[in-house]
Amino acid sequence: MTATQVSAPLVSLQGVAKTFPNGVQALHKLDLDLRAGEFVSLLGPSGCGKSTALRMIAGLATPDAGALHWREGARPDVGFVFQDATLMPWATIFENVWLPLRLRHVSRKDAAPAIHEALARVGLADFAQAFPRELSGGMRMRVSIARALVLRPTLLLMDEPFAALDEITRLRLNRDLLALQAELDMTVLFVTHSVYESAYLSSRICVFSNRPGRIVQDIAVTAPAPRDDQYRLSGAYLETCRIASQALEDVMAESLPV
Amino acid sequence: MKHLDKMIPVLVFVALIAAWEAIVRLAAIPPYVLPAPSLIVQTLVNDWATLSASLWVTLRITALALALATGIGVALAILFAQWRWLERSFFPIAVILQVTPIIAIAPLLLVYLEPGSAVLACAFLVAFFPILSNTALGLASADHNLRDLFDLYGASRWQEMALLRLPSALPYFLGGLRIAGGLALIGAIAAEIAAGAAGQGAGLAYRIVEAGYRLNIPRMFAALVLISVAGVIIYLLLEAISRLLLRRWHESSRAR
Repeated sequence: MTATQVSAPLVSLQGVAKTFPNGVQALHKLDLDLRAGEFVSLLGPSGCGKSTALRMIAGLATPDAGALHWREGARPDVGFVFQDATLMPWATIFENVWLPLRLRHVSRKDAAPAIHEALARVGLADFAQAFPRELSGGMRMRVSIARALVLRPTLLLMDEPFAALDEITRLRLNRDLLALQAELDMTVLFVTHSVYESAYLSSRICVFSNRPGRIVQDIAVTAPAPRDDQYRLSGAYLETCRIASQALEDVMAESLPV
Repeated sequence: MKHLDKMIPVLVFVALIAAWEAIVRLAAIPPYVLPAPSLIVQTLVNDWATLSASLWVTLRITALALALATGIGVALAILFAQWRWLERSFFPIAVILQVTPIIAIAPLLLVYLEPGSAVLACAFLVAFFPILSNTALGLASADHNLRDLFDLYGASRWQEMALLRLPSALPYFLGGLRIAGGLALIGAIAAEIAAGAAGQGAGLAYRIVEAGYRLNIPRMFAALVLISVAGVIIYLLLEAISRLLLRRWHESSRAR
């Protein structure tokens, strides 16, 4: 890898625009650089195009204008976690986590060590043979994260993964997610509505405008890792929350010119 | 109290049969007008050799028709899901076959096919559509996020079919199968009646037609009882298969 490649963003979105067939303009001139090792939150009001940007990076949507540039020239292994756990209800937890490897023709036997490792990382080592409906909402989300991790992705994309969970489970999963990111040295792009969640998790918070979405404020969060529960009580955390809240309020208050 | 709740339908059924028996006896209704339940049971026992042979014929045709409808219905639904132009071309034909009353098609089939095949074709035609339409609906109803996930991980079209669409369609297919089981029996009976009227066939419906000509009303009722029991058994069997396949994961199998 050359020095230029190391310093280059893992992925760069330049002037990206997207209009859906029904005429809704989701994104307009979106610029976003994502560097290796960052934890970037996309924060913004509902329907502002955050998820569309995420889906574009995952290759599930294509831009109408602008371009995506990958540091390596092509998309590396990407993990994706949806708002719902999105598990196959007919398959066991083991089989759900096996899916990304299975689609690459890795046999059950060869995949087993990676699956058990991923399940252990999310604290579900004892639930490999359970079915999704036998687990709580938080546990199902952990399975979804294990499935995203089983390929050891360079980039983890998360689309409001904890939005439907209760506050206690959400706080716990926030903490575990930060630990996993540090442990696996991943880059994470995280879509959220929650100022508090973004302030706790992120190294950078990108605040989106109303639709059509673009980034109107890029907030660097300088608090060092590891961040524990005490960080939530610190002045630095509260200050980040204040800045992000203000940015979000500004967005809500005015309809910004395109 | 719970036991009583479960017993109530049985008690109501027994009471109705008892009332039927009592009315026939008290009013001295002759058996060629309305036979008593006890006489129907007696006829079932006495004519068992003839009736059971006919039951076997009807059940064999029903099972064969259901198997064919399942195989062809599922195969076509898979092809429809893979190539939309196929669905657009052939689904309307399936709808036309479905909405045309089988009793109207049966005489025509009896012209072109030998009676056994015609009866089988009729049973197949009525059983085929619920399986095709339900399976096609199920294949198209796979969770869109899971479909995105399969795309993300580069799944081939057939991987998506085998690992996502077919399991998603299983509850829909089983729902269609339960309907098709009853319809296959109805189709077989309807075609047997058409064939029987032409002096062909040896299934239960033929026995009903034959007994009608001879004014052997108890035997008509006995054959009717066998058809009803066969229909209920087919339904319960398919219900049991459905429960077995869905018991660990589908919402329909959750204990209430």
